[in-house]
Amino acid sequence: MQLKHPAVAGTLESSDVQVTIHPNNGMGLDIRIESIVKAQFGDAILETVREVLAAFGVTDASVQINDKGALDWVIRARMQAAICRGVERSFDWEGEGV
Amino acid sequence: MPVNAVGRELPERIGNYIVKPYQGINAPEPTSKKVVSNRVLTLRPAGGSKVIGTLEEAIEASGLQDGMTISFHHSFREGDLIVGQVLTAIRNLGIKDLRFAPSAVVNIKNPSIVDFVRDGTITRIEASGIRGELGDAVINGLMDEPVILRTHGARPRAIEAGELEIDVAFIGASAADEYGNATGQIGPNACGALGYSFIDATSAGKVVVITDYLVNYPCVPASISQQYVDYVVVVEQIGIPEKIGAGATRMTRNPRDLMIAKRIADVIAASRLFENDFSFQTGAGSISIACTNYLAERMEERGIKARFALGGITANIVEIFNKGLVKVLEGSQSFDAVAARAIVEHPNIVEIDNAVYSNIYGKGCMLDKLNFGVLTALEVDVDFNLNILTGSSGEMMGGLGGGPDVAAGSDISIAALPIVRGRTPSVVNKVFTICTPGETVAMVVTEAGIALNPRHKHYEMLRDDMGKTDLKIVSIESLRQLAESFTGKPKQIECTDKVVCIVEYRDGTVIDVIRQIKR
Repeated sequence: MQLKHPAVAGTLESSDVQVTIHPNNGMGLDIRIESIVKAQFGDAILETVREVLAAFGVTDASVQINDKGALDWVIRARMQAAICRGVERSFDWEGEGV
Repeated sequence: MPVNAVGRELPERIGNYIVKPYQGINAPEPTSKKVVSNRVLTLRPAGGSKVIGTLEEAIEASGLQDGMTISFHHSFREGDLIVGQVLTAIRNLGIKDLRFAPSAVVNIKNPSIVDFVRDGTITRIEASGIRGELGDAVINGLMDEPVILRTHGARPRAIEAGELEIDVAFIGASAADEYGNATGQIGPNACGALGYSFIDATSAGKVVVITDYLVNYPCVPASISQQYVDYVVVVEQIGIPEKIGAGATRMTRNPRDLMIAKRIADVIAASRLFENDFSFQTGAGSISIACTNYLAERMEERGIKARFALGGITANIVEIFNKGLVKVLEGSQSFDAVAARAIVEHPNIVEIDNAVYSNIYGKGCMLDKLNFGVLTALEVDVDFNLNILTGSSGEMMGGLGGGPDVAAGSDISIAALPIVRGRTPSVVNKVFTICTPGETVAMVVTEAGIALNPRHKHYEMLRDDMGKTDLKIVSIESLRQLAESFTGKPKQIECTDKVVCIVEYRDGTVIDVIRQIKR
């Protein structure tokens, strides 16, 4: 899936995560993670981000994660929202979210 | 490496510090019996005044030299302007290599304590806690010598055992007279009780009182007596009133914290020890304050009055005192302006020496008389050990305070915490730093249930009392599993071998050490 334009989801509130994605046509994935729990959960966050991108078939994107200690479900939801906004479609409750 | 009674591996020596491993809850007999004090007989001709022009002059007169030990109290909290002024004066005089031994390090800025470590004015620190910029710098290896952290009860013990000999004590006072009688209770920058500086006044080689409010002789009330004071310095300002009154205390609106607070009150009310003339200490954290209010409701419903409440006094404890629900408040510190004033206004709200509050080697202490003690914690492990110092990402978060003392002294010690904070689980297999041994923690109260500690002295009684209620009792392991199911399994924080903090238990043994975080 191709990102059409930059998109943001989430906030910088405690226990939330702000996901910003940009198209990165033909350049692959560029994922940057800032997190208050990076030492303990940095790898887990990266894995989740990659998983959601793969579920949507997004292969080219620059992703900035600014995490304030969000649980995995929250990171997943914010990623899904950001991608849907970036590709201008609504979330398929029977597709990627299942 | 020796292993102590809570399973922590400790070096035998850390520099010049010889490690005495923690042996369990039965504290050892003191090795020497005579109280050590640096106080000296001092003949003073009649008349005159002890007021001396500037801090620099007082420091010179005190004979402070390189390598000596200086002390402060922390009763002005974040509003403290004394520590910064004194350290700046010491730096101006070129005195270096000092041991800085306040009752707790307040997080002062401009100047920051870190500046005085970097320029060599301070080379050793011994306190109840270090936080903020200094805490972060220390845990990342700022100092060559490890910081020694002691509970409120452990500090007077160390002083009187001769392990922490104070050369010069600087005691900030919101009012004082020219002969050194001093108090925290009156004046524009009143902070209330000065309970942490009594031991400094009676044990230091020289005592300098610093005030911005010189009153006519004699200063009444006087918490610090003239007989211990060598010099009085009048400075422009000793503190920032709004920050002095805004200490650890805040009222929470967080529904989860309120739920935990309410549960603690339910637990106390369900105990057979909740009867007329009971005693309690709820503390000054946000959960604690809410808990005090719920407890007052239960007391009113059942017509039960408490004999006394202990520890740091807050406005809401004063409020329930005024309702007649508590007969006596015994406080070593006052957390806000209302609590500070209350000591002057009510004969049954009493300022106490921190040593009588918490030192077990002072022929018994007041917190041994507590029925209920509420403890807040950053982490608890499946053995009920509490961490109140370090965040699980390896950052210094707080101070030991009196928590470990309260846990050991009270009949029922109740640890209150949510099972997760953000993505960080707070019920874990092993806490990052053990501060309070699990054996002294009767139960853990969380939003997901209450876990009773089978190894606690009153386990059977608690199990029977709680069994008669519909309170949700769960195992500590199930809380740990639930927390991990929310957060995932955290990767362990890696440390180097360098010990940056030594955590002393109230009996002077080492319960844990904090090693430098690998970044």
